[in-house]
Amino acid sequence: MSVKEDLYYSEDHEWVREEEDYLVIGVTDFAQEELGDIVFVELPEVDEEFDKDDSFGVLESVKAVSDTFIPVSGRVIKVNEDLLDNPELINDDPYGEGWLIKVDPADDSELDELLSAEEYAEFIEEE
Amino acid sequence: MKKTPLNQVHKNMGAKMTDFGGWEMPVEYTGIIEEHKAVRNKCGLFDVSHMGEILVSGKNAKKSLQKIIANDLNKLEKGKIIYTPICKEDGGIIDDLLVYSLQDDQFLLVVNASNIEKDYNWIKEHLLEDTTAENLSANYAMVALQGPNSKKILTQLTDIDLNSLSYYRFREAKVAGVNMIVSRTGYTGELGYELYFEPEEAEKMWDELMEAGSDFGLQACGLGARDTLRLEKIYALYGNDIDESTNPFEAGLSWTVELDKGDFIGRKKLIDIKENCCQRKLTPFVIRGRGMARHGYEVYAGEEKIGEVTSGSYSPTLEEGIGLAYLKSEHTEVGSEIEIKVRNRKIKAEVVKGPFV
Repeated sequence: MSVKEDLYYSEDHEWVREEEDYLVIGVTDFAQEELGDIVFVELPEVDEEFDKDDSFGVLESVKAVSDTFIPVSGRVIKVNEDLLDNPELINDDPYGEGWLIKVDPADDSELDELLSAEEYAEFIEEE
Repeated sequence: MKKTPLNQVHKNMGAKMTDFGGWEMPVEYTGIIEEHKAVRNKCGLFDVSHMGEILVSGKNAKKSLQKIIANDLNKLEKGKIIYTPICKEDGGIIDDLLVYSLQDDQFLLVVNASNIEKDYNWIKEHLLEDTTAENLSANYAMVALQGPNSKKILTQLTDIDLNSLSYYRFREAKVAGVNMIVSRTGYTGELGYELYFEPEEAEKMWDELMEAGSDFGLQACGLGARDTLRLEKIYALYGNDIDESTNPFEAGLSWTVELDKGDFIGRKKLIDIKENCCQRKLTPFVIRGRGMARHGYEVYAGEEKIGEVTSGSYSPTLEEGIGLAYLKSEHTEVGSEIEIKVRNRKIKAEVVKGPFV
C-alpha cells in the first residue's frame, strides 16, 4: 500500500495534487485496493461545480459500488476520459494515469483542511 | 463470526475477508478477475467449508426424503448425486441442495450455509419413523477444485481413476493420504471436484493441493470469483435469485421438479403453478448502456416497471455487465430491449439466451 508524498488527502480516500493553475484529484492506492478490480467509472461533466464533500462520481468494482467525494469546492475543468474504456488504470496507477478529474478550486484555503501524507498514512493504519 | 478450518490460511495468504451470512470468508486473494480467469483457463481452489452437511439415515430415509425434496430419488443409485430444491406447501423454495446417495438407507445433503439450521429443522419435522437427521456441518471441511486442469492436479494425489468418475458422481477415496468424498460437482461450469474431509486435515489438504497445482496454474479463489463464475453459467444463488417467495418453475428449475414421482411437500401447488407458468421468469440480460446492474435494481420497459434484478455483475469472460432479473413473461423473449434503473438514470439492456458463457 503506498501513500505518496506531496499530495493532500481526504478521509474519504481521495488525493489532491496542486498544479500551477488547477488541482488534480484521484483516489488513493488504499481505496483502489479496498475496491478491487474497477470495471466501470462514472465521471462528471466539464464545467460542473461541486461543493467540498459532494459526490462527483462513481467507481464500480466487480463486487461493489462506491461514490467518490470531492475534497475541495470547485469547477471541473477536465475529466480523465481514458478511464471510460480503461477503468483498470485506477488499479494500476492510482496516483498517475488513474487520476479522475482536474478542478479549478473555489477556495485555496480548503487545502489546509486536508491531511498530509503522513497524517493519511496514520489514518488508514487505524481504519 | 464463524470461521472455517482454513480461516488462518486465507489470512496468511493476504486474502480480503468478508462477512458472508455470519461466516468470515475470503472474497479475493489477488483479484476477482484474475481468479475468475484462472478457473476458466486453468484451475482454482475454493474453501467452501461454510456449506452445511446433513446426514439422513434409517429405514425410511429414502421415503422421507422423497416427501421432502422436489426431485426424484429414484434417479439416484449409490454413488450418484442429484440437485434438488426443497419447497414449502406453497411451492416457495426453502433451499437448493445436493443429495448424495451413500447407502440405500443413508443420504448426505449438502446445503447452503445460510440455511443450515432452517433446513435441519424442516427435515427433522418431516421425517418418517425409524429415520434420523444429523447436522454434521462441523464434521466436514470442503474445498472445490475447479477448472480444466483440475483432473491433472487431483490425479497426482490419488490412486482412483478420475476418468471413470463422471459428472454428478462421487467416490470415497484417499487423497494425499486423507480419507474423503471426491465428488465430480461444482458451481463454476468447469470440469471440477468438490472434496469433503475432516476439518483437522484442512490445512494439510489445502497445502497439498496448492503444491500439486503449482505447475498447472492453480490459483486460490474467493467468493467473489465464485459468484461471477456461477452467474455466467446461470446457476441460481439462494438468497439472490431464489428464496421462499420464488418457485422452481419461474426460476428456470423445472427440470428439478418431478411431479409424477408421487406425493411430496408442495406438489399440489406446484402442479397449479406449472399449469399457469409463469407470470414472471428469471431472465438473463446483458447491459448495452454504460453501467452495471446490481441486486435489487428495478427493470423497466418504457415507463412500466417489469421486474427486479436478482443478480448483477461484471462478466470477466464477456467483459461487460450481465445479470438476472425476474421479468413479466411478455418481456422475456430473447432480443427484448429493457432498461435498468441505475441510481437516477436508466441504462439499456437486452434479454439474451442463457447461459452467458
